[in-house]
Amino acid sequence: MSRDTITTAKTREPPEELIVVPQKHIGRWSLAAVVILAISWVGYNVSTISVIDYGAIPRYLFNPSVLSGVLLTVELAVLAQVIGVVIGIVLSAAKLSGNPVLVWLVSAYVWVFRGSPLILQILFWYNGILLVFPRIALKVPFIDFTVFDIPTSSVLTVFVASLLALSLNQGAYMAEIVRGGILAVDRGQTEAANALGLTGLKTFRYVLMPQAIRVIIPPTGNQFLSMIKDTSLISVIAGGELLTTVRDIYSTNSLIFELLAVACFWYLVLTSIAYAGQHAIERRLGRGYLPVTGGF
Amino acid sequence: MVLLNDSASHIAPMPLLIARGVHKTLGKNEVLKGIDLDVHAGKTVVFMGGSGSGKTTLLRCINHLATIDRGRLLVDGDAVGYAERDGKLYELRESEVARRRAKIGMVFQHFNLFPHLTVLENVTLAPRKVKGVNAKEAEELAASLLSRVKLGDKLGSYPSSLSGGQQQRVAIARALAMKPILMLFDEPTSALDPELVGEVLDVIREVSDSGMTSIIVTHEVGFAREVADDVAFMSGGKVVEFGSPDQVLGAPTDDRTKAFLQRVLS
Repeated sequence: MSRDTITTAKTREPPEELIVVPQKHIGRWSLAAVVILAISWVGYNVSTISVIDYGAIPRYLFNPSVLSGVLLTVELAVLAQVIGVVIGIVLSAAKLSGNPVLVWLVSAYVWVFRGSPLILQILFWYNGILLVFPRIALKVPFIDFTVFDIPTSSVLTVFVASLLALSLNQGAYMAEIVRGGILAVDRGQTEAANALGLTGLKTFRYVLMPQAIRVIIPPTGNQFLSMIKDTSLISVIAGGELLTTVRDIYSTNSLIFELLAVACFWYLVLTSIAYAGQHAIERRLGRGYLPVTGGF
Repeated sequence: MVLLNDSASHIAPMPLLIARGVHKTLGKNEVLKGIDLDVHAGKTVVFMGGSGSGKTTLLRCINHLATIDRGRLLVDGDAVGYAERDGKLYELRESEVARRRAKIGMVFQHFNLFPHLTVLENVTLAPRKVKGVNAKEAEELAASLLSRVKLGDKLGSYPSSLSGGQQQRVAIARALAMKPILMLFDEPTSALDPELVGEVLDVIREVSDSGMTSIIVTHEVGFAREVADDVAFMSGGKVVEFGSPDQVLGAPTDDRTKAFLQRVLS
């Protein structure tokens, strides 16, 4: 820019309106073109692999045993999540109670169940317990009277063991999430509620929990997404959920890739529904709060 | 009713609030070192004093948000958190404390409105859940109280959309909705922008003028002079001067009161 233009710019009246010219983003567009080309090339090559029977994927999507696997996956995930939330609320209340024995017990619980692999816990509940405790019995001490005495395997079915493993594990995570949510509510809220004559339980129910829920929901939604995927670990004890069913099918027809793709499709459908649900709940709970910038 | 024969009860009706030898220690710090005080029904008493003088702690002890270690603190003849038997104070069950607290309204420095509830719901929550008032009746009372604090057009708003002054006026309506016999104001204007202080003081003045027994912790000397029947000046955990505003704020005799007023008014 020359000295000339500066002086003229100073002396002249500014032009009526200046138009903003958006940046061209040449680099962005060329990078996108390269990436799309590369993906198409890989896609083309995969689609021409003759050993993949693409027709089998839509054929098995609504196969009755695949669908029964989907259903069991949903049942397990929802039930285990609900039980996990209940365990979490009870454990967090115990930890917040200040009773040193309870605090210690909850800490030990969380330490064990968060600190060991879920797949190990599943094997433990199913195989381990059956071996050590072959029968469950309730006997009245001193007099020879048996209330019941049954083989453990009749109670601890694959389903019960799966539910037990998933929910106890989830409970450990939920305990910390719920506790964090309640601690996040301002101390002044409890004082205001108490000053109005609300008891501890009413304060918890009408003031603390509705506010803590906002903090608890997002991580709980993430936990539920993980739960849907973690049900696949049940396949190590042949639990009959989605991954077990597709494995059963491909072990007979060898359509491994195709059936894993079918399972992948269903897991994505389930997690997408869960994600949409979480999003809807968060929006509903956001009433009364200023929008957080940068959130989703 | 032993107290009726006490030396302090020279005026016919029993004071609504009676404090005798109230002691309170927080950690190693003795915050209240023997408070003696009477507040009669219908009166407005202002607590003043420097920070750490114990005025907020005393206010919080009145409705048992803070516990006391020793002494007697009676509202309407009852200790809020304790039952007196055989010369000892026994801590009460939570439900009984809640029942007694419901008669005492409290307004906090930081408003402490419930952010998840609308203005109307903030005011109706306690009457409905504590007293069991039905929804319609609670809402009518709340609406009339909210128009009394000049917020009749904000019933459906959430606290986050209100200014500090508006929030504090909702908080006052929320406390009044329990039809308290005593109102406690803990530095109600300290957290407000200067231009919002006036609207809140107007409402407190109106509450005080309506005959509500009120105890106000504040640094607003002008307001105290105007609204108070009595001023209690506190220092080092004791009431060092007590009397009419003209006397305590106009012609203080205690050196600590003089020094404080000089600092506040300069």
